[in-house]
Amino acid sequence: MDDLLQEFIAETRETLDALSGEIVLWEATPGDRARLDAIFRFVHTVKGSCGFLELPRLGRLAHAAEDVLSAVRDGRRPADTALVSAVLAIVDRIGELTEAIAGGHALDDVTEDLLIAALAEDAAPPTVLAASTAPTARVASSSVRLAVDLLDRMMIGMSEMVLARNELARRLREHALDARVEGALERLSLTVGEMRDTVTRTRMQRISALFSALPRMVRDTANSLGKAVILDVEGADVELDRELVELLRDPLVHIIRNAVDHGIETPAERRAAGKRVAGQLIVSARQTGNQIVLGISDDGRGIDESRLVAKAAASGLRTDRQLAMMTDAERLELIFEPGLSSRDVVTSISGRGVGMDVVRANIERIGGRVALRNRPGCGLTIELQVPLTLSIIPTIIVAIGGEKFALPRQSIEEIVALRGAAVRLDMLGGTTVATVRGRRLPMVELGSLLNIPDAKVTALAIVATRDGQYALGIDEVLDTEELVVKPVSPAIMATGLYAGQTLPDSGDPLLLLDGTGIAAAAGLHFTPASEDRTEAPVEEARGIAALLFDDLDGMRRALPLIAVDRVETVPRAAIRRTGGRLHLSLDTGVIPVFANGDLPDTNQVAVVRLTDGASEYGYLIGDAQEIVSLPAQAAPAAGRAGVAAVLMIAGEQVELVDVHALFAGELAPPADRPLCLLRCDGSGWMDTFLRPVLEASGYRCTSQMRDDDIADVTLAMADAAPQRDVAAGSPVVYLSRQPVAGADAIYRYDRAALIAAVAASAGSRRA
Amino acid sequence: MTELFLIVQIAARWVAVPATEVESAVDIGAIVAVPHAPSTIRGLAALRSRVVTVIDTCTALGLPPCTEAKRAVIAQVQGHHYALLVDALDDVFALERLPLSSGLPLDGQWAACASGMVDRDGEPLLILDLSRLVPGAVAIAA
Repeated sequence: MDDLLQEFIAETRETLDALSGEIVLWEATPGDRARLDAIFRFVHTVKGSCGFLELPRLGRLAHAAEDVLSAVRDGRRPADTALVSAVLAIVDRIGELTEAIAGGHALDDVTEDLLIAALAEDAAPPTVLAASTAPTARVASSSVRLAVDLLDRMMIGMSEMVLARNELARRLREHALDARVEGALERLSLTVGEMRDTVTRTRMQRISALFSALPRMVRDTANSLGKAVILDVEGADVELDRELVELLRDPLVHIIRNAVDHGIETPAERRAAGKRVAGQLIVSARQTGNQIVLGISDDGRGIDESRLVAKAAASGLRTDRQLAMMTDAERLELIFEPGLSSRDVVTSISGRGVGMDVVRANIERIGGRVALRNRPGCGLTIELQVPLTLSIIPTIIVAIGGEKFALPRQSIEEIVALRGAAVRLDMLGGTTVATVRGRRLPMVELGSLLNIPDAKVTALAIVATRDGQYALGIDEVLDTEELVVKPVSPAIMATGLYAGQTLPDSGDPLLLLDGTGIAAAAGLHFTPASEDRTEAPVEEARGIAALLFDDLDGMRRALPLIAVDRVETVPRAAIRRTGGRLHLSLDTGVIPVFANGDLPDTNQVAVVRLTDGASEYGYLIGDAQEIVSLPAQAAPAAGRAGVAAVLMIAGEQVELVDVHALFAGELAPPADRPLCLLRCDGSGWMDTFLRPVLEASGYRCTSQMRDDDIADVTLAMADAAPQRDVAAGSPVVYLSRQPVAGADAIYRYDRAALIAAVAASAGSRRA
Repeated sequence: MTELFLIVQIAARWVAVPATEVESAVDIGAIVAVPHAPSTIRGLAALRSRVVTVIDTCTALGLPPCTEAKRAVIAQVQGHHYALLVDALDDVFALERLPLSSGLPLDGQWAACASGMVDRDGEPLLILDLSRLVPGAVAIAA
């Protein structure tokens, strides 16, 4: 707001200075229409600015003067001397007040009523008016207003100076140099360089100059329509050419008014549509490659394409046949047709005959583009893409064959040398594909694209466009330089390859390549990034939360937290093997539980109560550890029943339990590991020697059958009591103490044969 | 009423160019090629601190390229500066603009670019409209 005030003061001062001559002339010839118009414009402007800047006193004065002058213009009042004096007194007073604002001191307002009263038709001859013009010290202004033309000439002069310096340096170096001359040249170079930076900066302006007026405008517009709108401004520090700032002002204001007026619904409508009552308007600026993109996004109703089409048909702009053949995008483009506003009622806010057609024409005149993203019912985003030409941009100068070109540095992600191991080129059909550190990119050879002979690609510039990246084959990188880029002539622009032209210090013209245009010319088609991807919730990227725990078998595993209802301890006795599987008795009933190992020999067991919303499941655990966020990177665990994935958590491998399989009842508890019944002979050999071997090979071992246990294989010593019980119903493997044994027994230390025999027996039983 | 005309030689023919259209006449230095640009555009050249688009006037007139030309007249068309190559420069004369004689069959692009004629000491010269030699500009204006 402060900037605006300063601007207002500067402007008022300037106009007053210019007006002083007019005022004298008007006084001499009150009937002079041109002078009258000039003064009318002045008070009108002051009035408008005052409303905006909240300067009620100034506003009141200007308003009164404007009324009178407008009456004179309409011929309702004659411009007599009394009126002229009264108006002039007001103009003087406006000047005084402006100086008071600039100086930050108060000015009493006793005379203002008198001044206004003097404007009345039947006012007494002004006698008091000459009072109170106490001379106030004029405050030195901290800014100067300059014509852009002057800046341009300064810029041109500056470039000339740089070129002259370069030439001078070249010439001087041809001879042996006196150290003093060298020193002077050095100083000249430095000064010229600094000067150029300064002069260059005079042309640049932050886009905040454009944005600072928006909050108030949006508020006022919304208020007058009875709507609530929240404005978000992003990227106000983007710098662009002064001239562009001015050229963007009107289109931006128009689009924002449209958004508030047509786009955002009334609070009642919004409530009915289930939206927040206050509409949201996001105005953003960003620099992408060689463009400045201004985005105006609202969450209103969007554009009703069908109504646009109906109106186009009704107004005869298009035939029904033409309309029927249009794509959605083309239908949307109808909004740019002259005289086709999607709104039926013309309002005072935006329906002043200035349509989107004018906006588009204005933007295209400065070489820009208008893009629409319509989300019917959810809002509209309008993007103004303005080229950076007219402005200074950092560039990378590259060589191809004998030619040089500039590339905007913003659009270059990186430059990699071809001989490095990080890059490989492959032919995929007829096209070359570059693989840069595992990233596969289409490759465009700049030399062959531009028909430049003798191009030897030694490096790749990874160019990022709005839609995707590609590798641009170049010969070498020569330099980086900040360049003043100017538009190329229309015929060159029509090639679509160039974004501008420039004259670097070398004095040879240089073309600025357009990364997007090159991609198009090379026939690269990127699938445009979908809306959804950009708006994907951040939570998903952070990964899902999970409960980390130590399982009964000692492994560390994780369960997705969303499936976990709670963790509790239950008495060991509440878990029973019933109906062939483990169940947990609760007060409310019985739920199936799963144990990934033997139940602990304690009285209390921890169980994770899982739920999918409808049914419940229990997962017996050893100990709950913590809640972690799962990394996005996971190794798939195909073929491992019950394990959804293997993840790396805090440097440790963790299995993620497949809860789906769990609920589907597909998880075989470890009870399914074959059970070996060891017929111990009392020596303890089996328990101490044999048992670990078998368990390591994936068997469970027991020496005492429980009621519901079914042994898959029985091991017994061949010389033990002939207790060949068939009751167990399982094949028996006999072990002998000596290597020389009967054919039906295996030597107990022939480990391989023993394991094989157990496996064969267990397998035969299970098959 | 007479106008000032610059008499230049293009494709071995002397023609008149309205002096008001010409900013200056210069010797053109190194020309930087513009790949993929229409053949009429010879390239870009530096004119002091300004970049100008160099137009091969012969090609623009539908003739073989004027490879020898080293001089050019500078004209501004729709905000862009162009250097139009010419073989030779004569001088500026105050001459009267005459309509093209009816039935005069001008060949090729000459007809599209000529906007009248002048009489220099009994020698008729075509008046060339420089802006019509510039490619693209007309299309944009349309």
